[in-house]
Amino acid sequence: MTYIPAEKLKEEAEQLLKEIDFNNLKPKDRLKIPMQEMPAQEPVARGKNIQEVALGYYEAQVRLEAERCLQCKNAPCIKGCPVAINIPGFIKAAAEGDYQKSVNIIKESSMLPAICGRVCPQETQCMMECTVGKSLKDVDKSVAIGRIERFVADWEREQGKMSLPHIAPPTGKKVAVIGSGPAGLTAAADVRKAGHEVVLFEAFHKLGGVMIYGIPEFRLPKVILDKEIENLLSMGVEIRKNFLVGRTRKLSDLIEKDGFDAVFVGTGAGLPNFMNIEGESLVGVSSANEFLTRANLMRAYEPEKADTPIFTGKRTAVVGGGNVAMDAARMALRVGAEEVYVVYRRTEKEMPARREEVEHAKEEGIKFMFLTSPKRVIGDDDGKVKALECVKYELGEPDDSGRRRPVEIKGSEFILEMDSVIMALGNSSNPLISQTTPEINVNKWGNILADDTQKTSMERVYAGGDIVLGAATVILAMGEGRKAAESINKLLAE
Amino acid sequence: MSRILRKTQLSRDVFRMELEAPEIARERKAGQFVIVQVDSDFSERIPLTIADADEEIGSISIIFQVVGKSTLKLAQKSTGESVENILGPLGMPTHIENFGTVVCVGGGIGVAPMHPIAQAMKKAGNKVIIIMGSRTKELLILEDEMRAIADEFIICTDDGSYGRKDLVTIPLKELCERGGIDLVVAIGPPIMMKFCAETTRPYHVKTYASLNTIMVDGTGMCGGCRVTVGGQTKFVCVDGPEFDAHQVDFDTMMLRLRSYKPQEQEANHRCHLQEAVDKLQEQSK
Ligand SMILES: Cc1cc2nc3c(=O)[nH]c(=O)nc-3n(C[C@H](O)[C@H](O)[C@H](O)COP(=O)(O)OP(=O)(O)OC[C@H]3O[C@@H](n4cnc5c(N)ncnc54)[C@H](O)[C@@H]3O)c2cc1C
Ligand SMILES: Cc1cc2nc3c(=O)[nH]c(=O)nc-3n(C[C@H](O)[C@H](O)[C@H](O)COP(=O)(O)OP(=O)(O)OC[C@H]3O[C@@H](n4cnc5c(N)ncnc54)[C@H](O)[C@@H]3O)c2cc1C
Ligand code: SF4
Ligand code: SF4
Ligand code: FES
Repeated sequence: MTYIPAEKLKEEAEQLLKEIDFNNLKPKDRLKIPMQEMPAQEPVARGKNIQEVALGYYEAQVRLEAERCLQCKNAPCIKGCPVAINIPGFIKAAAEGDYQKSVNIIKESSMLPAICGRVCPQETQCMMECTVGKSLKDVDKSVAIGRIERFVADWEREQGKMSLPHIAPPTGKKVAVIGSGPAGLTAAADVRKAGHEVVLFEAFHKLGGVMIYGIPEFRLPKVILDKEIENLLSMGVEIRKNFLVGRTRKLSDLIEKDGFDAVFVGTGAGLPNFMNIEGESLVGVSSANEFLTRANLMRAYEPEKADTPIFTGKRTAVVGGGNVAMDAARMALRVGAEEVYVVYRRTEKEMPARREEVEHAKEEGIKFMFLTSPKRVIGDDDGKVKALECVKYELGEPDDSGRRRPVEIKGSEFILEMDSVIMALGNSSNPLISQTTPEINVNKWGNILADDTQKTSMERVYAGGDIVLGAATVILAMGEGRKAAESINKLLAE
Repeated sequence: MSRILRKTQLSRDVFRMELEAPEIARERKAGQFVIVQVDSDFSERIPLTIADADEEIGSISIIFQVVGKSTLKLAQKSTGESVENILGPLGMPTHIENFGTVVCVGGGIGVAPMHPIAQAMKKAGNKVIIIMGSRTKELLILEDEMRAIADEFIICTDDGSYGRKDLVTIPLKELCERGGIDLVVAIGPPIMMKFCAETTRPYHVKTYASLNTIMVDGTGMCGGCRVTVGGQTKFVCVDGPEFDAHQVDFDTMMLRLRSYKPQEQEANHRCHLQEAVDKLQEQSK
């Protein structure tokens, strides 16, 4: 994929729109409409700024893309979406230019369309099941469902008339929601709609969970997140920031002493993993969580204003292959690194990151070293990172997950000169709640065990999102928050 | 938002602040700390020990030394003003029980976090021996408060301007020689804690140190506060701040404390800092 300037994409789409007669399109004609690429900022320029990289479809593009949908009767795409959005429904409305109707259809199932349209790993969810992609034998050529979703959600926000949901009359019941990530935000909204009083507890000084401290501005502008949160506030959810449940107050006290009738735990998976290799405590080695929190939440990408420093090496290695690794690598570039390497022990095909992020990273000049893994970090006399010793891998037999297991090639060690290393190896679950609430059962990785109604082993306590699933996605977390809210509403109606 | 109920100056660059924080006051135990963000958005989050709390008034006290940009910003706030964000109580409380005889070693600003611990140890029925140290007499803080708790009280200054002209490890060694010590708690500069650990090690006296690593979130999310204890990676904000001092890798910890040194030095030259602090003092006169 090479970069195509946004203006060119716009022109091409407008031209094509004029040429096609939409009145009698046969499925095979629809398959011929080219998949609309996402307009993006020019790669070299964007590597130096923090503004959003993907600019969103032009209106002509959204029309064309929506017309690619075959409106399949069985709608296989819906099965691929964790919250079962009526995909053909909202795409049809978008094709007809009725964006309000389109976004309303999405909102029946998703609280955060502007966010999911941006960050969903669509190629492994809705797009994977799409008939168009299957016919063209390329999942990347499926209908770009998320991009259409983003367009209509942005359209609504720009109109400045976000509709507020109906809120049932007060029930006198009180629910605590812990954590303000996608799981908690969604649960809070859905419980509030049923007329219950909701208090949302968040440890940080800002709401949004990973969406505020992890996913960077250039991928998810904070104004969009703030808008979604503003809606929540206007529904009358009480917000308690700087409140760490387990420390500021024990979970059991919320129920026993503070009069909460039910609790939702959506505390996420914020415990960074390290490799436990030599040199990991050297100055210049950080977790992606730390690096991204400094950059995003603490605003270190604006060094002239922010008090929080960030380590800006000239040569940075990022270890890992997920979204977190892509975000860290691209952020490193934006805070001053001249060369950024992504070191991943499998091949590009196995990388769990969203495809669009990988393409964007490559366009920006980030270098990928596949089938490579660090062995130790080498420091200088001051204890600062000087180099990373790596070893080469090859793919062996498939493991339990069906992915071919990487095996070390003996004697293939080599040294990369580096002055900073960012470990993006995924997160385990934060043990704070389970440590301070022994009634809640967890599995051996510390994830809270919840049944299919999201109920935990503790009476009146429900959980969802990354704390249950391990590291997952925004939409999955949202889905679980929604399901838990349903269960809580049912419990409180009894 | 947390209102500053009272602010006092304890020494040339050390301040005490009483802040409105009813929930933290209710839950906090000796050894725990808070994370403070002075103003919103662009301010840093800094960890400070809860030096004292009053559950009835709903307030906590912090004692801090101005060492850089964020502590200076905090010192520039006056009674009646507010700090934007305060999170806590964080960390594991100190393990308090009747051990027998406990030696509390506080160096410099480390005396502040030591105070609630010494208090709690005393209350639990321990004989409490306190060793306080600082570079010079002017920099000593909380002398009267500590003296009131101590069964035995020793002051050291590096320059001999007050008390004994010794490093705190000298009287500590004497006490170890004398015997009958069940526990040592050391809080102060990392180098002091390291040498306290080395002093007690040959005598097999259990020794705790309260580590002051760099932190961001204070909730176990970023790993910035990690230290090596007994060969394992631990997070000071959730597993600590107190650890078995004989197991802590102080050398690596000291290296990591310097991580952001170049940026910080740029932000605040020592002389500028002192100038700013002295100006505060002028104003308060
Ligand atoms: C860098 C990065 C990039 C990602 N990119 C994508 C992407 O492109 N697409 C995608 O779908 N997913 C992505 N993910 C994953 C996605 O963000 C998570 O799956 C999702 O945010 C999980 O939501 P959650 O609500 O379960 O928890 P979180 O978003 O983790 O939120 C949990 C919140 O709870 C708070 N909290 C924790 N403990 C307590 C407590 N005891 N008391 C009070 N508050 C507490 C935390 O401070 C936090 O704000 C990414 C993750 C990261 C880290
Ligand atoms: C659990 C815990 C409890 C603490 N309790 C107290 C307390 O009660 N009173 C108090 O005055 N200080 C305490 N500290 C230290 C305090 O957090 C730092 O002094 C503060 O963060 C410095 O911020 P700054 O922006 O003013 O200085 P910076 O500009 O960030 O740093 C100035 C100098 O201080 C060093 N420094 C930075 N952070 C720390 C740190 N965490 N510890 C030691 N040196 C550091 C830097 O290397 C630099 O040389 C505690 C730290 C921890 C982790
Ligand atoms: S599967 Fe694809 S083509 Fe069929 S309805 Fe869904 S989005 Fe449209
Ligand atoms: S929410 Fe995500 S998975 Fe569902 S339709 Fe939208 S982009 Fe696809
Ligand atoms: S301060 Fe972030 S994990 Fe301890």
